[in-house]
Order: sequence, then structure tokens, then C-alpha cells
Amino acid sequence: MAKVFIYPTTSLILSDLVARFGHQPLSAALKIRELIQTPGLESPPLQITPEDPKKGLKYAAVEVPSGVRGRMSLYGPMIEEAEAAIIIHDADFSFGCMGCARANELIQFLLRKRDIPLLDLRYPRTDEEGIEFVAAIRKFLQDLPGGGT
Amino acid sequence: MKEYKPRYVNTVTKYVFVESPDMTPADLAIRAYEISQGVMIKETCFGLQITGKSEDVDRIIHLLREFDPAHIFVKDRGFPPGDPRRCRANLGGARPGYYGHEFEISLIRHISKGIEELPGRAADQPVHPPEPAGPARLDAKKLQKIIESQES
Repeated sequence: MAKVFIYPTTSLILSDLVARFGHQPLSAALKIRELIQTPGLESPPLQITPEDPKKGLKYAAVEVPSGVRGRMSLYGPMIEEAEAAIIIHDADFSFGCMGCARANELIQFLLRKRDIPLLDLRYPRTDEEGIEFVAAIRKFLQDLPGGGT
Repeated sequence: MKEYKPRYVNTVTKYVFVESPDMTPADLAIRAYEISQGVMIKETCFGLQITGKSEDVDRIIHLLREFDPAHIFVKDRGFPPGDPRRCRANLGGARPGYYGHEFEISLIRHISKGIEELPGRAADQPVHPPEPAGPARLDAKKLQKIIESQES
């Protein structure tokens, strides 16, 4: 079972298909859950404290907005952990906490820099594209270490 | 700053979406209640939210998926159901993240079709997935035509 980073990290379709074909999707919810279930000082809504943008300094320079660094403190460790990634390019900006164009560019850059297997797609618009979309994801996941079903 | 005491520690919450011609979220909820043993199930307009220990949630989801494998979709959720930081009852509008689900649910019938067709497809058959388009730049010749059409 490989750890597959999904982009958008809140995607229902990717999260479901990766798990369905026997791998572990690395999605935003896992990191959010970790923050939400850790006791500490109250910092609503996501329990991101002033410490988190500091952790993001590993991935983005200090002059980069704290929003990017805060997001990178969530996504950066997942990118390091990932053994493969699936990217959908035409996702809307209103995808929950994916709504930061600069952070999204940085995520894609870091994924490409890691030299792991990547699958680039766009959302299917017809049934024929849907069939090819699902088949491409299955093939990609079967070729990863640990196979998949 | 106040001390933060998390609720539902060491649990997982998963969304179960159903977009099926044969099954409604209410049908799915009834079946989920039948097999829920110590797991919290919340019925929603799109399906369910299931909260509990990881292995219990996975077991229930595995059983639920069997009812309509191509039309039931699952994803993780960070917050437990009804959390005041995310619940629309407190926010006065749609829950953040709802718009992403709304967008993907509008396309999910194509994914269902893909899942249904998959068993009849040879594993080594070449795939032609929808590829991302390049940057949307205006072609210079096209721009010239536009200018000329305006001038004439």
C-alpha cells in the first residue's frame, strides 16, 4: 500500500478512488483531524497556532504570506511522506482550504521536485472521459509499489 | 487564550456520499443504523457521516459499499459532525468545503460510469485520460484577425 498525495487535497473523487484501489490517500482531512484532536490552546477554527507558520518556513521563505506558510505546515510533511501523487488541474479555487493560488503552485512545484510518480489529469466531462479517467487512475495505482486492487 | 480540550479523540469521521438511481441517503442511513455498533451515524442530505474507531468505521463502510459499489463514495473528514467551528447551524451559511463537494458531485456520474465499465476492460488496454489543457494564451494570428475585424 503506497501513500498517494491527492490534489486537490479535499477531493472526494480522488480520495475515494485511491482508497478503492487499495492505497492510502493523503488528504487535508488527515492533518486537520490531527490538529483538531490534539489538546493545547484554543485557536479556532482549524487549531492552527502561531507555531504552524514557523513550521512552514521549511517550505517557503519568511517574506511569503503567513497563509501560505500555515498551509505548507499542513501539506509539506504530507508531500515529504508521499510515494506518488495524482493532480487534477482544473479544480475550482473554492475547494475549501485549497483556496490559495500561491500555496497551490508551491505544492505542485514541491511534488514535481520530489521526483515521485505523478499522474496529471483534468476532471472528466463526459461518460467516455469518466471511463478513461478511472482506468488511468487504476493503471497508475497498480504500477505503484504494493500494487493495488 | 483558553485551554482546548478536543472531543472525540482517537476517532475518525468519514463522509459517505450516495449518488444513485436505486438508493437514497435515507435508505443508506437505515442500512447503516442496522449495522452500527457503538458508532455515531449522522444522516445528511447527500449521505452519511460516520464517526467512531477507525476499524469500526472501515467495517461499516465496507459493508455499505457492497449495496451499490459504483455509486457510493467515501472520504475522510477532519472535524466530527456538528462541530460548532464547521457546522452550518452556527455559521449561517453552507459549511466550508461544501462547494467542493457540490462541484464534484455534479461530475460523479461520469466516475460511476467508469467504475461500472472497469471490470470489462483489459488490464493492459491503453488509457487516454482527459489531459490538462495548456495555458490559455491568445494566439497571435487570432489576435490579428480580431484587430482586423474591428478595423474593417
